Amino acid sequence: MAYIKKSPWIIHYDGSSCNGCDIEVLACLMPKYDIERFGAVNMGNPKHADIFLITGQINSQNREVVKTIYDQIGDPKVVVAIGACAIGGGVFRDCYNTLGGVDKVIPVDLYVPGCAAKPEAIIDGVVQAVGLLEEKKKRGVVTHKEGTGDETRKLPPVPDLNLEQE
Amino acid sequence: MTSLWLIIGYVVLAPLIGGIISGLDRIITARMQGRYGPPVRQAFFDVFKLFEKQNLTVNRFHGYYLVCFLIFIIFSGILFFGGSDLLMVVFAFTVADIFLVLAAYSTNSPYCSIGAERELLQMLAAEPMLLLTAVGFYMVFGSFHVSVIYRAALGGKLPILYLPGVFLGLTYVLTIKFRKSPFDLSTSHHAHQELIKGLTTEFAGPSLALIEIAHWYETVLLLGMVYLFFAFVPIIGVIITLFIYFVEILIDNTNARIKWQLMLESAWLATLVLGGLNLLALYLFAMISKGG
Repeated sequence: MAYIKKSPWIIHYDGSSCNGCDIEVLACLMPKYDIERFGAVNMGNPKHADIFLITGQINSQNREVVKTIYDQIGDPKVVVAIGACAIGGGVFRDCYNTLGGVDKVIPVDLYVPGCAAKPEAIIDGVVQAVGLLEEKKKRGVVTHKEGTGDETRKLPPVPDLNLEQE
Repeated sequence: MTSLWLIIGYVVLAPLIGGIISGLDRIITARMQGRYGPPVRQAFFDVFKLFEKQNLTVNRFHGYYLVCFLIFIIFSGILFFGGSDLLMVVFAFTVADIFLVLAAYSTNSPYCSIGAERELLQMLAAEPMLLLTAVGFYMVFGSFHVSVIYRAALGGKLPILYLPGVFLGLTYVLTIKFRKSPFDLSTSHHAHQELIKGLTTEFAGPSLALIEIAHWYETVLLLGMVYLFFAFVPIIGVIITLFIYFVEILIDNTNARIKWQLMLESAWLATLVLGGLNLLALYLFAMISKGG
């Protein structure tokens, strides 16, 4: 039996956006929704986490942060992009510093739409992520080998920022 | 023969009891916060899951240190439940904690180092009271041996009547040893950032599971010490011990984390006033009864 289903620990990172999705993620932990019923806990430490919930778009400053957090999570792991900004940049997509959605830097497994995403939708995303965790555990997916940190610094190149307004 | 069974019972059952206590702790905590909380078996699910995860090790030493930590915690528990010397229990317990600190220092991570320093401060705050507890038992029963104390307690000499101050002092220090708020400086179960996860930041997967299992053994050992004060009627002893743990949860949920200075000062003050005065009173009574 895969116990990973019973105890999905979550790390949550807010890229940069209006913070709406961020607050909705935290709302899931509060008394009304209480996802700890399913064993999910907000960890705050990537090394202890299984599910990476990310809200907000990727910009030139946080791309390295997001990549680092992703690399520090041990296998098996699942990435869930929450909200319009995390999916494709949202209303910020044309900003000069915005690179786009989360999948510009790290592989995303699940997308939860919404602006802001509803807590129910987020919980649904987490439940699907738990199923995916079990599947990854069964398949034995390995994103990086034990002990080596060589591949962690590889980031996609920053696209030329077109600062000139037309 | 009984002590052998107690030792086997401790080694086998302590993780079970510790895990159930930890699960109940999480449910009670959730209810206090107006939530429903996870199932009782959640603590076991967590540990089994951690064994399924990848073991991200920073270097090849920290695994050994953590295994030593677990072994010495179990060893101190064996000494206690085997009815051995109470001082040895406290010392073995300290050695175990030192291995945890070494494991944290070996990672060279800033968060882990801060956690390790704070753990040392927590030990500094808690150790004197643990030693005074052993001394208090010696003054009353004339022996450091848990088996002697236990038999005398069953025989009608109630430790709590002689050592109320020491008991209160120990309860104060217990919050530090359980790493519960307001003294969850080195690491916390309710951590939302790396600084507060402190000591355990760099341990992932099976390594973290070892710490969790050691924590279960630790919990049972410390609750065993509380039980020793009320050992005269087993049922009453167990009820009071569980009540003390409930009070710890209540304190955990109603207090904010404090700075280490206040922790150290207040713990030493509690040791000096509650423990010290109790021992002084015992000494004076002994003098009077000798003189009379």
